[in-house]
Amino acid sequence: MRRFHVLPDSPPASSAQPGQRWVFEGSWCLNEGLPAVADLLGQASPLPASPAKIALDASAVSTWDSGFAMLLNRLILQLQGQGAQLDLSALPQGLRRLLQLAQLGQPPEPQSRAKPGAVQKLGEATLKLWADMQAFARFIGELLLAGLQSLGGRGSFRSRDFWAVVEQVGPQALGIVSLISFLVGLILAYMGAAQLALFGAQIYIADLVSIGMVREIGALMTGIVIAGRSGAAFAAQLGTMQVNEEIDAYRTAGLAPMQFLVLPRVLALLCMTPLLTIYSSVMGILAGALVVVLVFGLDATAYFHQTLEVLTLTDFWVGLLKGGVYGAMVGLSGCLRGMQCGRSAQAVGDAATSAVVTGILLIVVTASMLTIMFYKLGI
Amino acid sequence: MTAPIIVQDLSMAYGSRLIQQGLNFEIQRGEIFVIMGGSGCGKSTLLRHLIGLQTPAGGRVLIQGQDFWAADDAARQALQRQFGVLFQSGALWSSMTLNENVSLIIEQHKPGLSPATIAELAAFKLALVGLRGFDDYYPSEISGGMKKRAGLARALAMDPQILFIDEPSAGLDPISSKNLDDLILELRDSLGATVVMVTHELASIFAIADRAVFLDAETKTMRALGSPQELLLHGDAQLRNFLSRGQAKALTEEKTHE
Repeated sequence: MRRFHVLPDSPPASSAQPGQRWVFEGSWCLNEGLPAVADLLGQASPLPASPAKIALDASAVSTWDSGFAMLLNRLILQLQGQGAQLDLSALPQGLRRLLQLAQLGQPPEPQSRAKPGAVQKLGEATLKLWADMQAFARFIGELLLAGLQSLGGRGSFRSRDFWAVVEQVGPQALGIVSLISFLVGLILAYMGAAQLALFGAQIYIADLVSIGMVREIGALMTGIVIAGRSGAAFAAQLGTMQVNEEIDAYRTAGLAPMQFLVLPRVLALLCMTPLLTIYSSVMGILAGALVVVLVFGLDATAYFHQTLEVLTLTDFWVGLLKGGVYGAMVGLSGCLRGMQCGRSAQAVGDAATSAVVTGILLIVVTASMLTIMFYKLGI
Repeated sequence: MTAPIIVQDLSMAYGSRLIQQGLNFEIQRGEIFVIMGGSGCGKSTLLRHLIGLQTPAGGRVLIQGQDFWAADDAARQALQRQFGVLFQSGALWSSMTLNENVSLIIEQHKPGLSPATIAELAAFKLALVGLRGFDDYYPSEISGGMKKRAGLARALAMDPQILFIDEPSAGLDPISSKNLDDLILELRDSLGATVVMVTHELASIFAIADRAVFLDAETKTMRALGSPQELLLHGDAQLRNFLSRGQAKALTEEKTHE
C-alpha cells in the first residue's frame, strides 16, 4: 500500500522557522499508478512560510522504481522553483544518487525547429532541384572522366567486379523481363485485335505488336524492370558502403570510387539493357503469336511472315538505342543516389527509393524526347 | 537466492566452427561482471548467448534460475524484459529522436501509462545518463559518446535487473570512456542492477569490475575467473601475457599523458 502524509517537523533549537516532513511509505512503482505532483502539493498545502523548510522522507518506502525517482525529481524542481529549502537526507541512498545524476549534464542550446512557410518550402524545393541537377551533371562529367582515364590505361576497375555486375543485371533479370514482356505483348495483341477485328484485319496484329515491342515497349519495360531491380540494388549497395566507410576507404587509398564502383555498374547496364531489350521484344512478339493463333485462329506462319515484312532494321536500331539510353539513366541515378547517401539505415532506404523514382522519371522523360525526335526526323 | 545468471558447461559454435567450450560460471546479483579476452575469442558471442540472440551448441544458460533455452517463447520474452542491453555502436533507431528511442520500449511494455508520463520518464532516463534536454535530437545529430549514453538510457528504459553492455569503450576517447565507466558504476550503485560487460580495456576492468572471466581464443575455453586482483596473481600464461601487454599499453598511455 502506498501512503503519503505531511508531518510538522520539529525545528532544531537554533532555528525559529518550523518545517514540514513529507513522508512516503509503502510501494511507489509505476505499475501501481503514481499520483501527480499537483496532488502531493495539494495534500501538503498550505506550505510553510517562505523560505519553506521541507524534509522528504522515503525511509519507509518498501519498493520503488524509476517512476518514483521521476516523480521526486519533478517535485524537487518545483519546490526549489518556489524557493523551498529541501532536506533529502532521509531518502534511500540509491535514490538520492539517482536524483543527483539526473541534475548533472548541461542541456544543449535550444534548437530552432520552426516549421517553414509555403514560400520558404517552395524556395528550398527549387534550390534543391537546382542543386540536384548540378550534382547529376557533375556526376556524368566525373564518370566520363573516369571512363576516359580507364581507357587511357590509368587505373581501372577489376574485371571480376564488372562481370559480377553483368551477371546480376543481365542473366538474373531474364525471368522477370520474360514475364512482364510476355504479358505486355499479350495485352498489345488483344487491344489491337479488338479494333482490327472490326474490319477483318487481324493479320495486322503482327504489325502492331512487332513495331510496338521493338521500337518502344520492349525498351520501356526493360528500363522499368531494371530501374526497380538494379537501380535500387546499386543505390542500396553503394549506400551501405557509404555507411560502412568503405567508400571513404577507397578515397583515402587514392582509388577513385567513380572508377572502381560506379563505372563497372554503369557500363554493365549499358551493355546488358540493349540485349535485354531485344529479348523482351522477342518475348512480346511470341506472346502476340500465341494470341493470334489460339484466340483468333490465324496461321502462325502468316503472323511471322507479316512480322518480318513490316519490321525494318531501323526499328531494331531505334529500340536498341533506347534500351542503352534507359540503362545508362538507371545506372546513373542508382549510383548517384548511392554515392549521395547519408550514414544511417534511414538514408540507405531513402537512397534506394530515390534511385527508383529518379530512374523511372528519367526513362519516361527521355522516352518522350526520343519518340518526338525520331518522329520529327522521320526515322 | 540463486544467482541471476548461471552458465553451465556452455559451448558455442558458428556452424561447425567451435568458438568456446566448457564455460562454467555464475554471475552474482548486483555485481559488475566482465567478460574479457583478446579479439576474436568469442566475448561478444558469449554475450549474444546470454541475451538470447544466439542458441548454444551445448550446455545451459540459467537466467533467474530458469533454463533460458529450454523455456517457451513467452517465458523467454518475460526474462528478456528484465534485460537492458547496450550494443557496441549504441544501435539507436535512426529514424527516431532520442526520447522516442527510449519511450517506444516503455510504451510497448507498460501500456497503461499516458503519453505525457512516458515522454517524461524517457526524458528522466536521458537526464540520468547526462543527456538532459537532448530529447528532440536525432542519433545522427549527436557524437559517438552521446550515442552510447543514449543507448544506455534506452537500456535503462524498463528498470532492468540485468544490464548487458558490449564494449562500452569501443570508439571512445579515454576521457569519454572513463566517464562512461563511472556512469555505469554509479547506475549500478543506485539501481542495484547486475551488470555484465564485455571489454578488453584493462583500464575499465580494473576500474569497475567486481569479477571477470578470461576467455582464450587458442584453447577455446575460459582460463581464469575471479576479481581483477586475483587475476593479476593468476598463474595462467595466456592471461599473464594478455595483462602484461595491456599494462605496457596503459603505461605508455600514461607516459604520453604526462
